[in-house]
Amino acid sequence: ASFCRVFKISYLNFERFPASCVQHRLVVRDASTLQILHLYTCTDQIQYIEWSSDSQFILCAMYKRGLVQVWSLEQPDWHCRIDEGSAGLVASCWSPDGRHILNTTEFHLRITVWSLCTKSVSYIKYPKACQQGVAFTKDGRYMAVAERRDCKDFISIFVCRNWQLLRHFDTETQDLFGIEWAPNGCVLAAWDTCLEYKVLLYSLDGRLLSSYRAYEWPLGIKSIAWSPSSQFLAIGSFDEKVRILNHVTWKKITELEHPAVITNKKTIVYKEVEKSPTLGTERLSFPPTRALASSLFSTQSKYDICQVPVSLNYIKPVADKANPKVGVGMLAFSADNCFLATKNDNIPNAVWIWDMRKLKLAVVLEQLYSIQCFQWDPCQPRLAVCTGSSRVYLWSPAGCVVVKVPGEGDFQIVSLSWHSSGDSMLLLSKDHFCVCYLEREEVK
Amino acid sequence: MGDWRTVTVPLLSSDSKNIFPYTSERKSPASMSSEVLRLSLPSAKSMHSFFSAFCTEENIEQSISYIDRELTTMGFPSIYVESKGKELDLVSMVNCMNELLVLQHKNLRAQEEIEIQHLKLGSDMDHLQNCYTKLKVQKLQNVISSRATQYNHDMKRKEREYNKLKERLHQLVMNKKDKKLAMEVLNYVGRADGKRGAWRTDKTEARNEEEMYKVLLSDYEQRQKQLLLENTELKKVLQQMKKDIISLLPPQKQKPKERSEDGPVLSDQEEDIGELNKENMWELSCETVREQLTNSIRKQWRMLKNHVEKLDNQVSRGHSGALNEKDVISREDHELETGKLELEIQQCKEMIRTQQQLLQQQLTCDDDTTLLLQDCYLLEERERLQEEWRLFREQKRNFEKERKSFTEAAIRLGLERKAFEEDRGAWLKHQFLSMTADCKSENSTTPSAFLRSADTDLRLVRSASQQKRPPSVLSTTASPEPCQISQYITQNSVASEKPAADYLPNLWVGSDGKEETEECTKTWEDSGLDTLCRNLHMEQLP
Repeated sequence: ASFCRVFKISYLNFERFPASCVQHRLVVRDASTLQILHLYTCTDQIQYIEWSSDSQFILCAMYKRGLVQVWSLEQPDWHCRIDEGSAGLVASCWSPDGRHILNTTEFHLRITVWSLCTKSVSYIKYPKACQQGVAFTKDGRYMAVAERRDCKDFISIFVCRNWQLLRHFDTETQDLFGIEWAPNGCVLAAWDTCLEYKVLLYSLDGRLLSSYRAYEWPLGIKSIAWSPSSQFLAIGSFDEKVRILNHVTWKKITELEHPAVITNKKTIVYKEVEKSPTLGTERLSFPPTRALASSLFSTQSKYDICQVPVSLNYIKPVADKANPKVGVGMLAFSADNCFLATKNDNIPNAVWIWDMRKLKLAVVLEQLYSIQCFQWDPCQPRLAVCTGSSRVYLWSPAGCVVVKVPGEGDFQIVSLSWHSSGDSMLLLSKDHFCVCYLEREEVK
Repeated sequence: MGDWRTVTVPLLSSDSKNIFPYTSERKSPASMSSEVLRLSLPSAKSMHSFFSAFCTEENIEQSISYIDRELTTMGFPSIYVESKGKELDLVSMVNCMNELLVLQHKNLRAQEEIEIQHLKLGSDMDHLQNCYTKLKVQKLQNVISSRATQYNHDMKRKEREYNKLKERLHQLVMNKKDKKLAMEVLNYVGRADGKRGAWRTDKTEARNEEEMYKVLLSDYEQRQKQLLLENTELKKVLQQMKKDIISLLPPQKQKPKERSEDGPVLSDQEEDIGELNKENMWELSCETVREQLTNSIRKQWRMLKNHVEKLDNQVSRGHSGALNEKDVISREDHELETGKLELEIQQCKEMIRTQQQLLQQQLTCDDDTTLLLQDCYLLEERERLQEEWRLFREQKRNFEKERKSFTEAAIRLGLERKAFEEDRGAWLKHQFLSMTADCKSENSTTPSAFLRSADTDLRLVRSASQQKRPPSVLSTTASPEPCQISQYITQNSVASEKPAADYLPNLWVGSDGKEETEECTKTWEDSGLDTLCRNLHMEQLP
């Protein structure tokens, strides 16, 4: 893996081209060379940028001003500016066809659909203010919007082509928390607030296919993920378990537990251990040179395989705080459906990798610091993990490796994002980013 | 007396040389009795040594006095004859011992009861604790649910308020109507797919629906295809497995006792194979086919499992017995042999059974036939007899008829003879007369003479017969007279009945009324003939 220079950013979107913005300037770079291709200036500080689906346009949202500005990659002179005015702006996103922008106004009063093709504007009333209120199908045909009227939750399904309402139905939820389409675009999962464990599965035509509830009183769902084949729905909950539903019967096929002690002999446990820095025999000079200082203070680490049984670092949750750091808060399926990566928030330093073919725990990665983010390679079963240190950790069935971001100072990776080709990875710290290029193994 | 602490008795060993330290400290008798309970009863073996260890040949006196002291302290009477003497009062000692035994029994029973009670109390406690925790949980749940409902209610209220605010705000925002254009575009962009935007009409709505359903249908179809593929794959695998299992199982080397289970199964196997192979062609997935396949696989699998287990046992036996290769093989052979022998035995038994059956059948068959035959014979004879009887009767009838005709003929003959005799007599008379009269008329007709001679004969006979006996006068007419004649002749021939009777064949056995008359007529006929002959003879004489 090779790295590029570190650049200062305030926000970044990396799907096709790394576009970064600094304050009110939008910088578009080339993916492989990271040379600046375009430079745009926006009116105000940009909070959010998003590429359109065909990578022709990029929108920059400025929430404070309630403005959205759209830039074209092909025609740098082309510009578009959408002003929500006093309605305010809390969220903005592209429609799947790349020609409409959906703005969510303040207080979630409405969602305005602006068309770049025509002058028409559509309004969606009573959108729900929840974590995942708007969901597009993978093929971009349909959009599901969570709504709330008169203290009751509803879901509306729109046809993206002409923004016509297809279905509108109520859900049996107390307080709808999120909706997500299955990758096949035929099933919509809707789940309730964490006070109620409830998952509802709706068909595209609005029929309730199934309802699943694991238990009644304790805190419920924390995270949900569909498998890429739409075969499984993984539900991570506050009771430190992941329940997997199958798409045929919508019944639970297994429960994945996250105990603090690993006893299964088949599980491989990788533990990150620090290597003590090797000091050269040369005498330490004063004041110490920069290189020396960095080498002294930057720690090396590597993975060690631990013998089962292994006891993991368990944090007892504080009972009287809201949104406790308990339960499975992160879930992700690998692109080939073979693995599921989870994080149990009261064992914050560990990543659990489950083998979906055997429904057994395959690997546990125990890091030195708590996990910030992990993401699967979009092409192969490779997981990238970051813990807030200057190292990125990669796991694949072949093994795992620690990759240190070279450079001066500490680059604390808080987030990462894969390029859609799987060749490079974006690493983000608080105000910098860097790109990590991965060498492709030659297949002989 | 003071307090006495009981002797602590440690676990005794069989070593008789142990000398146990006795610490007899003072303690109240009440507590002593409770502490007695805690003494662990020594085992039988150690008892002996315990007893021998306490009192030996040397310290008899001391031990006795010690015992006496202890007993008196416990409230038992002294075992000495007098309070100070050295003579032992056996009676009182025995009594004390008995008392001690009774006490021991009582204490043991009490202990048992206490233990039982203790257990009961323990279980009751557990139960109560469980109930208590359950109740607690329920109570907490009730509390939570009540709080939750209250919370929901409050939340709803707040939400309604919030919605009102939002509405108000929205109205204000909308009313404000920003003068500047909300959207500023340099030029409108073409659609991604290059097509023009369409108006919203009913048609488009219908098309949307249609498309939606198409999407759903295609998804379902795809899934179904996948499931079908999976099913066929699995079925193939199961078939293959089944074949493999069947091939693995030893087909012939099966013990006769297992034959009962495997026999029908084998035939089932063949059946199943045949059936399922056929079914495969159709790739049906109906309930029965599925069940058949899974059932047959299960059966086969069980058989294979049993077989493998048997093999394992054999191997383990071989290992544990430390037998060498030869023995193992010979055992197998032995088992084969025993199998064969058992087979043979069974076959022989079957043969014997069948033979027995056949034999029995035969025996029962002979008796029957003989009886039948006997019956047949009897019947035959009977029939023959009946036939003969019939014949006899027929003959008899014929004879009767003949006899009748004979008698009639005889009567006629008799009559004719009479007539002739009479004629002859008459003729002779006439002759005589004529002779005397010097035969003047010689032309007296000879033919009539004959007739007349018959008449005369008859008269002659009559007269002749009259001479013999005083008979009834017979008339000249033949026809009304035959019975009279017969009477006459019978009278005459009474004497000659017997020889006349002998004349006839002796076929007559029975006697009827008819027969009597017939007999009479017969005898008459006979005698009649005879007398007639004699009479004729007599007549001819002169």
